[in-house]
Amino acid sequence: MATEILSGKVHVQTTINGELVDFLAEPRESLLEVLRDNLGLTGAKEGCNNGNCGACNVVMDGILVNSCCVLGVEAAGSTIDTIEGVASPTGLHPLQQSFLENAALQCGVCTPGFIVAAKALLEENPNPTEYEVRWWLAGNLCRCTGYDKIIRAVLDAAQRMRAEA
Amino acid sequence: MRAIQYAAPSTVENAIAILAEHGSNARMFAGGTDLIVQVREDGRDTEVFVDAKHIPELVDVSVNADGSTTLGAAAPCHQLYNNAQFTASYPAVVDAARIIGSTGIQGRASVGGNLCNSGPAGDTIPALIVHSAICNIAGPDGQRTVAVEDFCTAPGRNVLQDGELLVSLTLPKPAAGSGTHYLRFIPRNEMDIAVVGTGAFLQLDGESIAAARISLGAVAPTPLFVQAAGDALVGMTADEDSFAVAADIARDTASPINDMRGTVAHRKQLSYVLTQRALRGAKARAQGGSPTNGH
Repeated sequence: MATEILSGKVHVQTTINGELVDFLAEPRESLLEVLRDNLGLTGAKEGCNNGNCGACNVVMDGILVNSCCVLGVEAAGSTIDTIEGVASPTGLHPLQQSFLENAALQCGVCTPGFIVAAKALLEENPNPTEYEVRWWLAGNLCRCTGYDKIIRAVLDAAQRMRAEA
Repeated sequence: MRAIQYAAPSTVENAIAILAEHGSNARMFAGGTDLIVQVREDGRDTEVFVDAKHIPELVDVSVNADGSTTLGAAAPCHQLYNNAQFTASYPAVVDAARIIGSTGIQGRASVGGNLCNSGPAGDTIPALIVHSAICNIAGPDGQRTVAVEDFCTAPGRNVLQDGELLVSLTLPKPAAGSGTHYLRFIPRNEMDIAVVGTGAFLQLDGESIAAARISLGAVAPTPLFVQAAGDALVGMTADEDSFAVAADIARDTASPINDMRGTVAHRKQLSYVLTQRALRGAKARAQGGSPTNGH
């Protein structure tokens, strides 16, 4: 049977932050555009829109990706985790708390990407070295902080999460 | 991005049917980290994205009965460096997979995609060359194979004809007593495009070199297999004097251009230095150790 070639508005069903979500998207729309423009999930940011800055980071099927370099139609049947799902109903995630306490943000545009990426790191490696944090987060650009406060916030959060575990 | 069409075939045959019908307007689509950006920013003339990731042969990484490995063209980088067996067998490919773009890019970007993008500086290509990879290509007229060093033909161009796709790469079983290394020079620590990249393969017989392969990226219109540099090492002792002989040949073979990333003279000198370093790393791995430079 020949494969259907999709165009126009395509119906996509996916799971976002644990909830089943339906949306319509044209094949040309990126996952980032779908999240922000179709679904109102504006936490992921459009920085460079070409995979350099990490402001649009989300986790797709357990893997950190740049949502500007994913097509929305590719999300069919997948699991997407965005910054909106990081805090729990009872409070901020330790990374979010640590970013606040360590003043690890100024304008805030890069922050959702940093937190999503750092959360993915700590789930894989709960006790990273400073070098490992810097290497993992090399794809997240920040033009305000100079990075040191961000790296310290991630190491601080990792320590807290290990203490609570 | 202007309007595109999207198809997600589940077999190679169905992918070929779409590629054959749409010709150069259809492109295979793996991680999208090059293709989406090219269509969005350069207005590349691609009308149909053919998703490779629903075709089992394009995403599987499997070890064959003869000890070789078949690497699906769309398998993402992160899948390789999280695969202990692959990492032990093909360390140069993993060296490259770890330094392409960022963590988020490596979650999507594939070795096969890097090869099909055919950039002169593509990091995985010199690594595939030193591992003697074979490209498994399928098309309307059947299947064919091409040695990876013959795959790229010019910047952004390769041997694939309309209707053809790269299905997988076959990586021969690593020879006993062998090791490989890939490294590049960039002015930063990460997230950059190679000024020069170099791969090395060394097979040792005691202190003597039984076989060697050297490759260079970003010093010619396509990644180079510097066969003469490897051949010169055969029978020599695996030491600094020998490595300097191969490095001389690599420097003389490099035919780089001046551009924003480096000058001809700089790239020539880097070809010499990186060949030495890649050989040191390959020797360390052949002896069961690790390179002391690079990642």
